[in-house]
Amino acid sequence: MGAEEHRQRVRSIIEDPALTYRQRVYALAGAAEDALDPPAVSAACALALDKGLICDLAEGHAPYRPRYTLPDYARALARGSTFLELPPPTTFDEATTFLLAAYANVPSITGYPVWFGDLDRLLEPFAADLDDDELRTRLRRFWVLLDRLFPDAFAHANLGPADGRVVRAALGVHRDVHQVVPNLTLRVDPDVTPDDLLLEAARTIVTVAQPHLVNHPMMVADLGERYGVVSCYNALPVGGGSHTLVRLNLLEAARRHSGSAERFLDTTLPGAIALTAELMEARIRHVVEQARFFESSWLVDEGLLSLDRFTAMFGIVGLAECVEHLLLLDGREGRYGRDRAADDLAHDIVERAAAIVHALPMPHCEATGGHALLHSQAGLDSDAGFTAGTRVRVGDEPDLYRHLAAVAPNHAHLPSGVSDIVRLDETVVDNPEAVVDVARGALALGMRDVTFEVANGEFVRVTGYLVRRSEIEKVAAADAVRHSSSVLGAGSFANAGLDRRTAQRVRSHERTVGT
Amino acid sequence: MTSLRVADVVRSSYVDGPGHRYALFLQGCTFNCPGCHNPHTIAPRSPDARDVPVAEIVADVAEVAPFLTGITVSGGEATLQWEAVHALFEALALDPATSRLTRLVDTNGDAEAGVWSVLATSMHGAMVDLKALDPHVHRVLTGRTNDRVLRSIRDLAARRRLDEVRLLVVPGVNDTADQIDATGRWLASIDPVPPVVAQGFRHHGTRLRARAWAEATTRDLERVADGLAAYGLDVRRRSLPEVAVAV
Repeated sequence: MGAEEHRQRVRSIIEDPALTYRQRVYALAGAAEDALDPPAVSAACALALDKGLICDLAEGHAPYRPRYTLPDYARALARGSTFLELPPPTTFDEATTFLLAAYANVPSITGYPVWFGDLDRLLEPFAADLDDDELRTRLRRFWVLLDRLFPDAFAHANLGPADGRVVRAALGVHRDVHQVVPNLTLRVDPDVTPDDLLLEAARTIVTVAQPHLVNHPMMVADLGERYGVVSCYNALPVGGGSHTLVRLNLLEAARRHSGSAERFLDTTLPGAIALTAELMEARIRHVVEQARFFESSWLVDEGLLSLDRFTAMFGIVGLAECVEHLLLLDGREGRYGRDRAADDLAHDIVERAAAIVHALPMPHCEATGGHALLHSQAGLDSDAGFTAGTRVRVGDEPDLYRHLAAVAPNHAHLPSGVSDIVRLDETVVDNPEAVVDVARGALALGMRDVTFEVANGEFVRVTGYLVRRSEIEKVAAADAVRHSSSVLGAGSFANAGLDRRTAQRVRSHERTVGT
Repeated sequence: MTSLRVADVVRSSYVDGPGHRYALFLQGCTFNCPGCHNPHTIAPRSPDARDVPVAEIVADVAEVAPFLTGITVSGGEATLQWEAVHALFEALALDPATSRLTRLVDTNGDAEAGVWSVLATSMHGAMVDLKALDPHVHRVLTGRTNDRVLRSIRDLAARRRLDEVRLLVVPGVNDTADQIDATGRWLASIDPVPPVVAQGFRHHGTRLRARAWAEATTRDLERVADGLAAYGLDVRRRSLPEVAVAV
């Protein structure tokens, strides 16, 4: 980027009426970072980045903190913090105060924490002295602060799988406050999570399109007991996280291919994956070895993060269009989600990609055996012309059963998360029991996670997060909105045709990258 | 092999009883309601209806059973094919893939007692429409009198197979104060007293003759519910229109 171009970017941020003060500060920090040259890669990798075959998701030219961090808040609450000058809390109020102080000091790509922790497990021990009304009042106050202090829908809290007073109160509060923060996940274990807790979650889902549900036994099998779900449904080790998220556009890979689909799997796909991995490695080495994040963070010093709990995320997008393109090259026609041949090819691609990524050594990924984790990346606000992750094409979703049958086989190969979105007809609002049925069925089918949205709701799910319809309208009118994710969401809404699908989650501007 | 004459299949329904349900709409009805939302299901036969063997239905239900609370057989009028419905329910109860599902009948109640004595052995419950307590108003709304409907409601309650009684509120026709009063008193005399749902009449899907009737408003439903509550009835209001089968 030339000096004049750089000055123009800074000027446009400073004068952007659609950004709040804080959003401008973060955007300016990003502009400063991008004045540096990006980590060095081969000419082929640089070209692939330039041409959109791979994408660094606007992480910045000189990564100086891991993209996603999941501090071990349980350890912090148990031991207190020297850095925060806080002893271990003894009451509910002390615990929430402690957590808010910690969140404000966690680095991230968005400027806001992407993970608030397992809130029910963290707070349950402090709830014993409170009656139900007191608990609810305090939790509600905490929820309001989470949203007002960290107005970014990538900021994610986890609940479950076990029953408890806090998880129930939290689901009730979440239903009442109508906030997009915290983004919310409920872990579901068919053997542990009672039906009536799932029903409580379903009541919240039909009201505000959250929580997202994850298949706890499946996650534990892949990531161990200590995992968390952050940002746009990214499953990562607690006490660590992901250095980076780089994605490969499968449609672009298919466009560079000639020949059979089998040949794509054997040659073009591995080649494109190698280029993506090269960029990931360069970025990881920059965070760890050049910016030396792990040598100067209070989170590391106090044992809340450690390098050996880190991994990296290898994202894929555009599966739907990739499959259609490859079939055309074979002289066939078929749509993913509609035709069996297309579904089969889609599953083959995801399975092969997972095997290749699994076999590629990746530095500083000790948490997951020295390789990155494949991820169905939920898209960017600027995306157009291809479908996010491994989803079926937006607006072309088949009926419920067909939809789930098409996407479910991919889930086993995507340990760091998938974000298929299942749209429910609005008649479900009077019948949340039905959501429980569908959720149970989806998990039994082998879905790693499942996100519901109700047609025509106020809460629109864009990539992996929610925005409110009213805020999207404000962004369109160039009014500043509090949630940086809504700025991203407005872009997705327009570019990805989310209004066609009806309700979905939003995504961010070039600098405010969650995903 | 027993078959059912099927007008429509909705494999994923949120509006035909509790939870997520497989809904089967049978062809043919004993009533001829101007306000019917699925008028194409009234005639005993239709070029669009097809005969489907019980085994085929069981196989189709089994395929999606992990996602379901149960199956609802509706219509048309389900009890017109009561022997086949009974055969279907017994087959569902015997198949390990579907035995867990609840088996409900959605009915206009216009059936003989003998029908219920058989179905009561294979179904979990029935949801019965009560279009009007007054036989004359009932005739206006359905083309038939209601003595069998009232007997069915009492009979099903006694057999512990009455899941709910649904009142379709047609403003100015079946919701006058004296009718609500009489309906409340009668329903309160049922043993055990059934759950009652007040549903508003909507034009959607109906034929021209019904367009002269006004659509029910939320206030209409509140008024009916309040009137019935005076008799100790717990009345749920369903905000959404009766959803028509995809035609």
